[in-house]
Amino acid sequence: MTGEPHIARKPSEHLSGAGVIVKALQDQGVEVIFGYPGGAVLPLYDELFKTNNLRHILVRHEQAAVHAAEGYARSTGKIGVVLVTSGPGATNAVTGLTDALMDSIPIVCLTGQVPTHLIGTDAFQEADTTGITRACTKHNYLVKKSEELSDVMHEAFYVAANGRPGPVVVDLPKDILFADAPYFAPQDVRPCAYQPKTNGDLTKIEQAAELLAKAQRPIIYGGGGLINSGPAACKLLQEFAELTGFPVTLTLMGLGAFPASNPNFLGMLGMHGTYEANLAMHNCDVMLNIGARFDDRVTGRIDAFSPRATKIHIDIDQSSINKNVLADIPILGDAERVLTTMIDYWKKKKLSPRVDSLKSWWIEINSWRSKECLKFEQDDKIIKPQFAIKRLFEKTQNRDVFISTEVGQHQMWAAQYFGFDKPNRWMTSGGLGTMGYGLPAAMGTQVAHPDALVIDIAGDASILMNMQEFSTIIQYRLPVKVFIINNQWMGMVRQWQELNHGSRYSQSYTESLPDFIQLAQSFGGTGMVAETVDDLDKVIDEMINSEKFFIADIRVQKEESCFPMIPSGAAHNEMILSAKDTENAKTSAEGMALV
Amino acid sequence: MSSQKPNSDRRHTIAVLVDNEPGVLARVIGLFAGRGYNIESLTVSEVDAVKGYSRITIVTSGTDMVIEQIKALLDRLVPVHMVEDLTLQGPCLERELGLVKVVNAGENRIEALRIADMFRARAIDSTLNSFVFELTGSPKKLNAFIELMSGLGETEITRGGVVAMARGSGIGLRNAKS
Ligand SMILES: Cc1ncc(C[n+]2csc(CCOP(=O)(O)OP(=O)(O)O)c2C)c(N)n1
Repeated sequence: MTGEPHIARKPSEHLSGAGVIVKALQDQGVEVIFGYPGGAVLPLYDELFKTNNLRHILVRHEQAAVHAAEGYARSTGKIGVVLVTSGPGATNAVTGLTDALMDSIPIVCLTGQVPTHLIGTDAFQEADTTGITRACTKHNYLVKKSEELSDVMHEAFYVAANGRPGPVVVDLPKDILFADAPYFAPQDVRPCAYQPKTNGDLTKIEQAAELLAKAQRPIIYGGGGLINSGPAACKLLQEFAELTGFPVTLTLMGLGAFPASNPNFLGMLGMHGTYEANLAMHNCDVMLNIGARFDDRVTGRIDAFSPRATKIHIDIDQSSINKNVLADIPILGDAERVLTTMIDYWKKKKLSPRVDSLKSWWIEINSWRSKECLKFEQDDKIIKPQFAIKRLFEKTQNRDVFISTEVGQHQMWAAQYFGFDKPNRWMTSGGLGTMGYGLPAAMGTQVAHPDALVIDIAGDASILMNMQEFSTIIQYRLPVKVFIINNQWMGMVRQWQELNHGSRYSQSYTESLPDFIQLAQSFGGTGMVAETVDDLDKVIDEMINSEKFFIADIRVQKEESCFPMIPSGAAHNEMILSAKDTENAKTSAEGMALV
Repeated sequence: MSSQKPNSDRRHTIAVLVDNEPGVLARVIGLFAGRGYNIESLTVSEVDAVKGYSRITIVTSGTDMVIEQIKALLDRLVPVHMVEDLTLQGPCLERELGLVKVVNAGENRIEALRIADMFRARAIDSTLNSFVFELTGSPKKLNAFIELMSGLGETEITRGGVVAMARGSGIGLRNAKS
């Protein structure tokens, strides 16, 4: 909070604290809040009761409120809003906040707090919320004076969305909700010290363009920053790739930022990325990273990562640059603005790529492509998980479709076999890898897009982690679809145990799975099982044509592993392509210690 | 072509201008603790009561990459107005205040006074068998003084931490972002 003396500002009105909050939410353009009530926030719920144009979605667990808000935010580009009570309400939200921090999702989370005079007394349902969430939010506030309330509210929205987006917590003591409070409109708020740079250094951008024009084996590596920058940034990426003919690969968080159907697209890179994407990263001479953060899932063994490349890194967050990998040309700025400048320069200077070397680069890439690393064999009986997702993709292409996932093998298969041509269509927990993310995220997505086809591609273990939300889904008549890749295992855990722990399957088999169809029915939804290949298409058709909450229980090949794979601690050019390769591939001792 | 050269650790003195509000110090310290960075010294005090700014001086050490991370992470904290790496700008002024109590008798007492005089330390308290000296100077000077005193009796030490500023006529941290 800046202590800048304000030149006598006039509040536009005086309200109760709760009134100020609701007014601020409205002035910030909020349409939906995901929340759960409790003693400390009752005055705010009372205010909501009297308000018509703010929709409140009553979740069944506060973690789900945050994931739902993430799904809402990710699929719309807007800020997701959460409201929870003090103590357990706030602590339940912590996983969601951490998830949003890791994946840079803009969230404003309002938490109740005990009244100011009781703070520090271990009062009923008191938790040190700002203390607990300091490490899992972009910023947090404890409002101790009602005069500050409207400034804090507006600033929270500003901070959540600007620079590298992230979650912001506003902790609200109960007495502040009752107190008289002046209201200042967004345009009257006090100045904020947080002023991220967005334009990018012009000389560096020009340098980058010149370098790219000289590149012999260039690659564009895009990440979630493109999605956060917005659809315009994604369009510019496409324009640049078409202008230059450069190959493009995307991170898990970036999927959809460049059309999967574009011939320049090499697929996802990283641990379960494609062979061609990873080898192109390994062998490139100039790398253009736009809004990705050289995550360990992407780089593999860091000292062997892309050894010959000159690296250009565009990022809105200074601390993401030179964190894991040194950038030769660091460009601090927003992807859309930097790309605009770069393309303008490219055109103005009439730059052109080196056609000959680019041609032989593509020949090399196509030789890697011809390995068909995502090929699998489907017999006529047991459904392969890859096949299930491939069919789901093929059958939903004429629909307005949004996909969320849980965490595990199914998530990686979804990333590999479901192509996204547009941004904001893919909701997944990348950084934190939170099982239980997908269902509430789908719910939030469906709230934002009531007529769209929203599908949570789930694992049988993950879906149990936030399944109380079936109840929310039914209450609001959200026609969310859950497509369970049911292998009865915590598949990804099983795969690692097979690879690194001598196939000792410690605690990774799920006994006593529920009957998912009856489960759906007990909440008021419906569902179907696919046991064999013959059932699959019918179940998918039924699901996508259903107007209700629907669970498709797809019984897949249980011991299938997810390939290709870079074993942990290995380099991009040490990929395993299939189960057969794993016999020779021994994970290094160092790799064993990695997650 | 970048390589991941793990160059050696270097000591840096970083000045940070922040809003003087509850929790801001916790944010700064949490940033170091959460990532295992080392704090050698940290001081903080309000420097502009009207604007409500405090200035934090942090002494830390790390490779160039780590120091760059630390500065970037500090800079993206919302209440932070400005981050200045004083070490990068050439030798800066560093001062620290120390209080040194030494308990001794006879010759050692006289020797302590002699050394204190050389260091321009002031005795601010004395009993028949003890002195408390006040000393300001560079951290190095304090180290030297403390080492000498500890040879002259039982000692108790308290140090205020480093405060630092760039040399020359340039005004650094006054030009805050907003
Ligand atoms: C909350 C949480 N706990 C534990 C894990 C570790 N983990 C990662 S994948 C996985 C198994 C997921 O099983 P399932 O949902 O059935 O998906 P599958 O891998 O079989 O497709 C586990 C336990 C996690 N990612 N998140």
